[in-house]
Amino acid sequence: MHDAHASRPGETPVPLTASAVLVNKVGLHARPSVKLTQCAKGFAAKIELALAAGGPWTDAKSPVKVMRVKAPQGATLHFRVTGPDSKAALAAVLALVHDGFGED
Amino acid sequence: MNSSNSGNVGIVIVSHSPKIAEGAADMVRQMVGSAVPLAWTGGDIDGGLGTNVAGILEAIETAWSPAGVAVLVDLGGAETNSEMAVEMLPEDRRARVVVCNAPVVEGAVIAATESSGGSPLAAVKRSAEEFYA
Repeated sequence: MHDAHASRPGETPVPLTASAVLVNKVGLHARPSVKLTQCAKGFAAKIELALAAGGPWTDAKSPVKVMRVKAPQGATLHFRVTGPDSKAALAAVLALVHDGFGED
Repeated sequence: MNSSNSGNVGIVIVSHSPKIAEGAADMVRQMVGSAVPLAWTGGDIDGGLGTNVAGILEAIETAWSPAGVAVLVDLGGAETNSEMAVEMLPEDRRARVVVCNAPVVEGAVIAATESSGGSPLAAVKRSAEEFYA
């Protein structure tokens, strides 16, 4: 699945980027991490997140890696998305963060 | 014991304590949802702390999926009894059941998360084992 669309001839994989502030109380702990990775896995695009615009980048489809980021409430989550459905993928993960993962 | 019909990899939780096994299964259901076949077993045949092969076989049957089953275990006997249970499975199923080298609670949640996204058995196992990586 990884990099399936990374180097198609004639197509430059320019990543889409955006950021969102974590509003839910617990930050990116276990349950939100699971929700985020489940959401990310629904897309073919490569989805990465980071606490700073310059990285380091974490695979948003790996629950273990996402939990290790330990992003607290108020942190800005940066996303970098590459792939055919990157627009929809970015919109979906941003919506999830804005919505506080459906939590308080 | 609870299961769910889907083509996703099944998850089996094996603990010496039925309370731990059931509690871990509750966490999986609440955090990951019901898109993953799931079963738990714990305790010896007399109801004490321990594990038993028959219970593990039953749990594998309950959580069975054509995509295979990932087994999460706690200590010693849970692992050896699970391996024994796998050996007792029909040959065509044996290769599709793996015992993960991962912490039972965390591993179950992560394995189920991976499975809920439709990942194959090898990816489910790898993801659960990332905890020790």
